[in-house]
Amino acid sequence: MTLRAVLLVATALFSIGIYGLLTRRQAVALLLSIEVMANAANLVFVAFARYGGAPGHPLVLFALAITVAEVAVGLALVLLLYRRHGDTLLELASEAKG
Amino acid sequence: MSGELGFGLLAVLLVIFPAIRVVTCRDLVRAILWLAATLLGTAVLYAFLRAPFLAGVQVLTYVGGVVTLMIFGVMVTRKHEGTSFTIDGSGRLRAALAAGAFFALVAMAIFRTDLSLLTAVETPSTQDLALSLLDRYLLAFEVASVLLLAAIVSAVVLARRRDPVPDPATAREAAALREGSTP
Repeated sequence: MTLRAVLLVATALFSIGIYGLLTRRQAVALLLSIEVMANAANLVFVAFARYGGAPGHPLVLFALAITVAEVAVGLALVLLLYRRHGDTLLELASEAKG
Repeated sequence: MSGELGFGLLAVLLVIFPAIRVVTCRDLVRAILWLAATLLGTAVLYAFLRAPFLAGVQVLTYVGGVVTLMIFGVMVTRKHEGTSFTIDGSGRLRAALAAGAFFALVAMAIFRTDLSLLTAVETPSTQDLALSLLDRYLLAFEVASVLLLAAIVSAVVLARRRDPVPDPATAREAAALREGSTP
């Protein structure tokens, strides 16, 4: 397994995340797509730590912590959206529009 | 070369296919379970890239923590069985074009870059990782802990806020959006 193959897999994962982000309308499904994209970034960090010796491993740990924080706040926002509107479709969250 | 082919098959089977299911599955709970599958597959790739500690952390925090949290989030906010998505076809085509264009761009860059300078090196052991976290990356470590604390507090504050029952107008709007027609 080479660096190039791993990078291609990570790119494919990120593209799949972009597709999900553009097609999904449920807030939780958007969070899932973001998870897939963050996962691709972590994979690149680990790949460059193995090939070339970049300090990727500590960065992956920090990225994990940030992702967990993001999911916690995101799900709290989804809960709030559900309480206000009775559904979690993202179009309902139009209060923030200027 | 056969090792490369084997890796490609493994990656597609363990990571890519579940990821595609995550973004195309119509049932939200199933999408979350497919996300768990793709995260586990990524943990396998971490193990292949000589990062066993990160593979373990990935399984513990992502599959054990994030996926459980997501499933709770769906269970709490789900009203009817089989929450489905209404996705119009043109939007899907445009999204596929955008994702494909991004993939083509980055893949082209990957193939045109000379990666032969980057040879396989020994990855840091778990001990080295722990020492570097508390030595070189101490400031980032502390900032991450403050970030986690802020996230917990803000999640509690947001989730505890009690709003009255949704008023009929927005409820009608929600129903119209569910049907797929814009009000």
